[in-house]
Parts: sequence; C-alpha cells; structure tokens
Amino acid sequence: MDILVILEGANGAIHRISKEAVAAAQALGKDLNQKVSVLVFGKNSDNLSKEAASFKVDEVLLVEDDNLKSYSADAYAETVKQIVEKESPKFVLTGYSYLVRDFFPKVSARLQKPLITDVTGYKVEGSKTLFTKQVLHGKLTVDIETKVDGPVLVGFQSAAYSLDNLEKGSAKIRTAEVTLDSAQLKTTSEEPFQEESGGVDLTSADKIVSIGRGIGKEENIPMINDLAAALKAEIGASRPIVDSGWLPNSHQVGSSGQSVTPNLYLALGISGAIQHVVGMKGSKNIVAINRDPDAPIFEVADYGVVGDILEIVPKLTEALKNQ
Amino acid sequence: MKIGVLVKQVASGESPLRIDTSGKWVVEESIDFTTNESDSYALEEALQIIERSGGAGEVVVISMCPAERTPKIIREALAKGGHRAIHIQEEAPYETDPFMVASIFAEALKDESFDLILSGLQSDDLGSGQTGVILGELLGMSTATLVMGVELQKGKLRVKRELESGWFQWVTLPFPACITIQSGLNQPRYPSLKGIMGAKKKEIKSIAKSDVKGSGTPMQEFSRMYTHKAEKRTEMIEGSTDQIVDRMIDIFKKNIKVI
Repeated sequence: MDILVILEGANGAIHRISKEAVAAAQALGKDLNQKVSVLVFGKNSDNLSKEAASFKVDEVLLVEDDNLKSYSADAYAETVKQIVEKESPKFVLTGYSYLVRDFFPKVSARLQKPLITDVTGYKVEGSKTLFTKQVLHGKLTVDIETKVDGPVLVGFQSAAYSLDNLEKGSAKIRTAEVTLDSAQLKTTSEEPFQEESGGVDLTSADKIVSIGRGIGKEENIPMINDLAAALKAEIGASRPIVDSGWLPNSHQVGSSGQSVTPNLYLALGISGAIQHVVGMKGSKNIVAINRDPDAPIFEVADYGVVGDILEIVPKLTEALKNQ
Repeated sequence: MKIGVLVKQVASGESPLRIDTSGKWVVEESIDFTTNESDSYALEEALQIIERSGGAGEVVVISMCPAERTPKIIREALAKGGHRAIHIQEEAPYETDPFMVASIFAEALKDESFDLILSGLQSDDLGSGQTGVILGELLGMSTATLVMGVELQKGKLRVKRELESGWFQWVTLPFPACITIQSGLNQPRYPSLKGIMGAKKKEIKSIAKSDVKGSGTPMQEFSRMYTHKAEKRTEMIEGSTDQIVDRMIDIFKKNIKVI
C-alpha cells in the first residue's frame, strides 16, 4: 500500500477536515505516482464507507467492531496501528481534528514511527518528501524531514487543502479485521455535546470587529464596544480574550470557536495564530491593526496598520460617528 | 496524589525572531523566554487538584531545557506552589522530535510512579502537541488531550475534552493518567511574596540529558526554517494617526463599501 488516509466520521458523514486530507493525499499521490487508499472504521459505518467510495481513490478499507461503537482513544489508536502493520503504507495521512489529536500520537508511540502535525503542505525533493508546518507562534515555517524507513504519519492542519480539489470517483470497499481486547481499552467516552453559545451568531455577520491580546486590559473593552456600535458591527475575539474571561465563549473566532466570512473583518491586536486564522481567513476584506510588524495576521490582511490600537480606535470611532 | 507537571520555556509571542546561521533555528540571544501558556494552566490545575483533595500530595515541576535559561520558569512554578522540581538539562542543538522528547521524559521519570502527569496541550514554539500523549503511552498510563475540566472520582478521572466549534465530550479514564490541558480552564495564580521566598529552599534535581538512557536517534528533523510568503498583497497604511484614520474611512467607504 502507498498512501493511507484515516477518515473520521462526524454526525453520520465524513468530517470536512478528513476530506481535506483526501484532497492532500490525491495531490501527493499524483506527485509521487502512488495510490491512495482510505480507512473507515466504527460500527454500522455503511454511510461513511459509501461516502468514502465516492472519492477518487484506489480502495476503501472498512473495519467494523463493537469496540468502535463510541470514541475510545485506545481502540481508535489500536485499530489504526494494526491496519498500518498489516498494509504497510508509506504514508498515513489524516485531518488533524481535535478528536484525531487525542489518539494519533498514540499510533506514533505504538508503531515507533514519526508523526508530523498541523502540516500545511509538502515538498517533493528528489527521493525525499518534506512536510511543512508553522512554528514559533506562526511567525516562521519549517520543512521537516523524516529519517526512518516505513510509514510517516502526518496530520494536516484544518483548511490547509481545499475541498474544491477533492476528486470524485468510484472505489471498491474491502473489509478488514482488527483484534481489539476490551481489557486494554482504558478510556470510555460520553456523547459529544454543544455548550450554550449565548446567542452571538458571528457566522452571518456582515461586519466584525475582533480583538486579541493587543488590547492590553479588560478596561479597554468599552472602547471596542463604541467602535463596534459606530460601525454597526458584531464583536469577535481570539482565544486569549475568552480565556481571560473578558468576553464570553460565544465571541470566539477560530478552530475552537466560530468560522466567519463577513464582508469586513477588523482585527485589532490579534497576532494571527493559525488556530485563529483558519476561522476568519475566508472573510472578504480583512483589515488588521497590530503594533508588531511581524505579526502573521498581516499575511492574510488586505489592509494593514502597524500601530497602537488604543490611539487609533477612539479617533476611528469619532470619524465613523461623523459620517 | 503525586502529580508531575511538564513546563516548557518558549519564546514569547512578541519576541523578535531571526533565523540563525544553521538555517534551522532562531538566534536565542534576542528572545524573551516565558512559560508556555497552556503549561501555566496545567500547573494551576495540578495545584487545584491537590487543594481539592485536602492538600495531601505533591506537585513535581518537570522541565527539559538548557541549563542556563530554565531555572527562571522552574523557580516561578515552585513559587506558585510546586513542591520540588526535576530539570533535564539539554545542550544545543535542541531536540525537536516529539517522540524523542517523550522518550527522554519517560526514561527520566519512570521511577517517580506519578498518579497523574499534566502538561499543556502543545508548545507555542514547536507546536507538535504529541509529547504528553506519547509520554503517557510509554509509561503505560491512560491519556486524554485538550482537557477543559477535571473531576476526581474514586480511582478514576472524568475529564471534559474540547472538540471544535463549541463542542465538548466527557471522557473517563483510570489512574495513572497523563492528560494535556487546554488554556482557559482556570485562572493561573500569581506567585505570592511568601511563595517566592519559599521557592529558594525547594529541591531542583538536575539530570543531564546525555545521562538519560534510551533516547535513540531522531526520527524527524527540521530541514530548513524560513519566513513564509504572504497569502495576499497587503496595502500597508502609514502616516500620523489622523492620516491612518482618514485612509481607513476612505477604504471602508470606497473599497469595502461598509459605510
């Protein structure tokens, strides 16, 4: 086997981020002239395997087991480990969701093979395939080289590959078996649930004023409220603001919060960590103010200001009121 | 309850970063080092778990870093309430393979027999998000990641895991357990003056990384480091504050048409 993509189910369908990983695998397969297979596992996974068979891949492997009925990190890791040992793929790719993050490093530990996470792309250079990721608060990028024979495990960052590039086809489904000993499965999980969001729906907002650590202190929030009122915008925030309790969770934009696509996204004092950027880079117009000229937010911004938001915001509010 | 907490010293978000002559890492002299953010939450959670169980137990602060720059964050963690510390002293070039980092921790910590090991979910510098889980696997512990809440039950632990977009899931796991903490689940405390004074007397056990057996060779390495290209052409607005505001109003009106 060449390239194996591990698929994750979410509400009876294949998770978006898993499909992005299939798109990445199809691109890598073309560049390396390798075949792509996908793995679906669970209990009563007919829908998932049928959906997987609609992708342009060589084959769909299907594992059904009573121990895979609900999420267990040990059962999931052991399933992937046994399939990889049996099928010997050269690459094991997956979309690095918050569920996959929980069990995929266990696969790396059990196989003693390298795992590269939050990958945004790859480069084929001669006989080597390097994987690219951001480091140091998203300010720098590294190309990572592996030094082993056998499978390299890769988790792709959300939105690294576009679903528009996912090629459709018709693949055959092959059933595979694993042996799971329930005594070895240490963790048990309950049904996922959604917390009350408190009613701020940023996904349909036309304008969002969003704040990050750069606003300095909680006392500066009224200044932002004034600006948002003058601009008739909703208020968003990056994770540190919510972690500090300055705004409720429902204002959070990014992988843990909402994904937004407003006409205007005004990012104030937001550095632009990738976990935030994946939730807002689809905005039609991004305007960023930050005092750090190297802040990664400027890489996705259409308009940028290197400056102090505490100086600019009150004057901007005044000017908006006079319009 | 005996709890180990992994804390890492990382470049702060506002540190100027210049790539060094190796082309694989940054010049460290200009960096302002600080405790990795989610590790601060992990330490706080460990201290609160001990407090919730009546104060019985021990919090051991563990860090792997060069000899010269780690003691500051270890002292700070001890000042906040950690009982003692283990410092694995590293020499440059620093280890970037998460499997090797976890193997070194596993070897150095195996005789401690922790009931619980906590760490942040990922480091703000390398961001691999694997060390805690692999360490738990290597020590035969149960594991859970992205933890936003911890409930102690008899002989086991019930934790609230974060999923995407405001979703969560409760997971129950037996001791010994190794869990990674998401930022925001508590309010990390500041060290008290008494804590700072007391920390000076607390034990820091130093181990040279080269004395830890079984670390093997790295399976992955940085091939090169570089600044990425912008995804978009960004118009930078410059001038006095008034000029900046005028230009922004102009853009809002004419280009984006939102006012």
